[in-house]
Amino acid sequence: MIESKSLILHTATRFLLPLQLLFSLFLLLRGHDEPGGGFIAGLVAAGAIALYLFAFDVPSTKRMLRASPHDLFGLGLLLAAVSGIPALFLGKPYLTALWWELEFPFFGEIKLSTPLLFDIGVYLVVIGSVLSIVMTLAEAE
Amino acid sequence: MNVEVLVVLPVLLPFLSAALSLMTWRSQVAQRVIGVGGTALLFVASCVLLYTTYHEGILVMEMSNWPAPFGIVLVSDLLSAIMVLMTGIMAFTVVIYSLSATDPEYEKFGYYPLMHLLHGGVAGAFLTGDIFNLFVWFEVMLMASFSLLILGGSRGQMEGAIKYVTINLVSSVIFLSAIGLLYGMTGTLNMAHIAVVLQGAESPMVTVVAMMFMVSFGIKAGSFPLFFWLPASYHTPPIAVSALFAGLLTKVGAYALFRMFTLMFMDDVQFTHNIILWAGVLTMVTGVLGAAAQFEFRRILSIHIISQIGYMLMALGLLAHTDIRSEVAVLALAGGIFYIVHNIVVKTNLFLVSGVVNQLLGSYELKKLGGLYRHKPFLSLLFFVSALSLAGLPPLSGFFAKFAVIRAGLEAYQWVPVFFGLLVGALTLYSMVKIWMYVFWRPLPEDHPMPERLNGKWDPKTIWMYAPIIVLTIATILLGVYGEPAFQVCLAAGEQLVDPSQYIEAVNPMDHMWLGEGE
Repeated sequence: MIESKSLILHTATRFLLPLQLLFSLFLLLRGHDEPGGGFIAGLVAAGAIALYLFAFDVPSTKRMLRASPHDLFGLGLLLAAVSGIPALFLGKPYLTALWWELEFPFFGEIKLSTPLLFDIGVYLVVIGSVLSIVMTLAEAE
Repeated sequence: MNVEVLVVLPVLLPFLSAALSLMTWRSQVAQRVIGVGGTALLFVASCVLLYTTYHEGILVMEMSNWPAPFGIVLVSDLLSAIMVLMTGIMAFTVVIYSLSATDPEYEKFGYYPLMHLLHGGVAGAFLTGDIFNLFVWFEVMLMASFSLLILGGSRGQMEGAIKYVTINLVSSVIFLSAIGLLYGMTGTLNMAHIAVVLQGAESPMVTVVAMMFMVSFGIKAGSFPLFFWLPASYHTPPIAVSALFAGLLTKVGAYALFRMFTLMFMDDVQFTHNIILWAGVLTMVTGVLGAAAQFEFRRILSIHIISQIGYMLMALGLLAHTDIRSEVAVLALAGGIFYIVHNIVVKTNLFLVSGVVNQLLGSYELKKLGGLYRHKPFLSLLFFVSALSLAGLPPLSGFFAKFAVIRAGLEAYQWVPVFFGLLVGALTLYSMVKIWMYVFWRPLPEDHPMPERLNGKWDPKTIWMYAPIIVLTIATILLGVYGEPAFQVCLAAGEQLVDPSQYIEAVNPMDHMWLGEGE
């Protein structure tokens, strides 16, 4: 296992991790019409967690994640696959995008859609698969 | 919901099952329940799909409501629907078999999710009407099958897996380059649209691209001369995995050849299909000769896959020597499809039997086996029926499959391929009799003491291993003695293949040509 005692890395990671995760959420949500989306956001989030893994170790990363990468992968696959199903009930082809516009008193208009669900699914699949590779390699060392 | 929902179900169900069993990877029971339930649903869905496709014609679904040729379409014509049904049957029977045949260690390492992903990949490859999407499904299959191949991580498995992955990556690169060239020439990826654009295009480049596809799918199907990866890898993984690979994976390559070389590359039939015909002949001869030299149960069966692929290629290659719309062409294609169906059933079944033998006697080496006819007459009978069916003896399914292909060969006046087809049948019988003599007929070798479990009471747990074998054996008998309905469906599929305009009209890629020049 990579043993890092660097104080700078430890401290920086604590600040960088939430920032990177926030940035990944930003990429995820803006991705439908502008550059971004589930895949790239998932890579950024996985990168953030991998940084944590290098700064600390595998057990503490697992503790911080709470869920195992397998579960993230499975949940993501499920979300992505399910996101296409509502269209079937409306007599449209699988994966056809459905949009709902909701008015909220303070936030204004919020658009919810099945592509968003799909993107979240991709996001989780990418995090899950990258982390399970990185963690297996880190544990094998 | 529209009836088109049926087209997406065989792809969607395995992915849902895979996701659920990934999320329940801690519980063996939950994984098994999802495994059996998911594949049972897949089986039912594929039955309904074939029934509907047979009665209502080609079903098409445009993913995300993007019109063809811009979006990806899933198309179910009869060939696709038949292949999807075989996927459903194999998925279900092999999962039942693995309930008692698979090591609990493997189940912990993701055996079931990978199986589901493999089923989804295979079904996707059969159903997609988009050539780049076909590539993606091949990759899904490759990844899932690679992971299944190395489950357990023994030395032999790693060696087999490296050969498997290397040659498959080479094949994928050729496939991808061919797609790129084809896209450059036609400006589309939709297979029906490509077929329209290529009609009458007498460009030598088309033939070059066709040959690239042929090499790529030939590798995946295990055809001559690029088959060496198959006997090197198929006997190494757990037996349920071997059985599924043997039944389904090479046939995806064969399916892709059938699809490409009836729909898209029909302009230089004399050249391309003649190559397929002779590659088929060489494939069956080398396969059967290779098997004759082997003395390991699974290796003999693996190399026999190659020789069987030869018959399918021969059926497709016969189109070079007939009028494409003639009845001989329909018979040849129907024979090829029936051969694929028969071979999936029988080959999987023989692998499943070899797994039971291994569990009883603890080996796959013919020289260490024996005496099973005396102790397990019923198992011997099951093997005997499948082995004779593989060799093509009446009244089993193999006879009618060979009969149709050979008959088409005779009507196309192709004496040499027909001669080799019959010869290879006889040599197949030799290999099967060899297994029969060593494993079942002769007594156990003296220096190998008889295991206790041979004489013990029947173990109720093995019901899960016997049930799929019995079902598949009945299937091969039924496909023989009552094969007429199945052959009718294959003939209808052949008629759809010789007349690509049905497929093209169903997909209807020309309706939306407001962006292109409108060829």
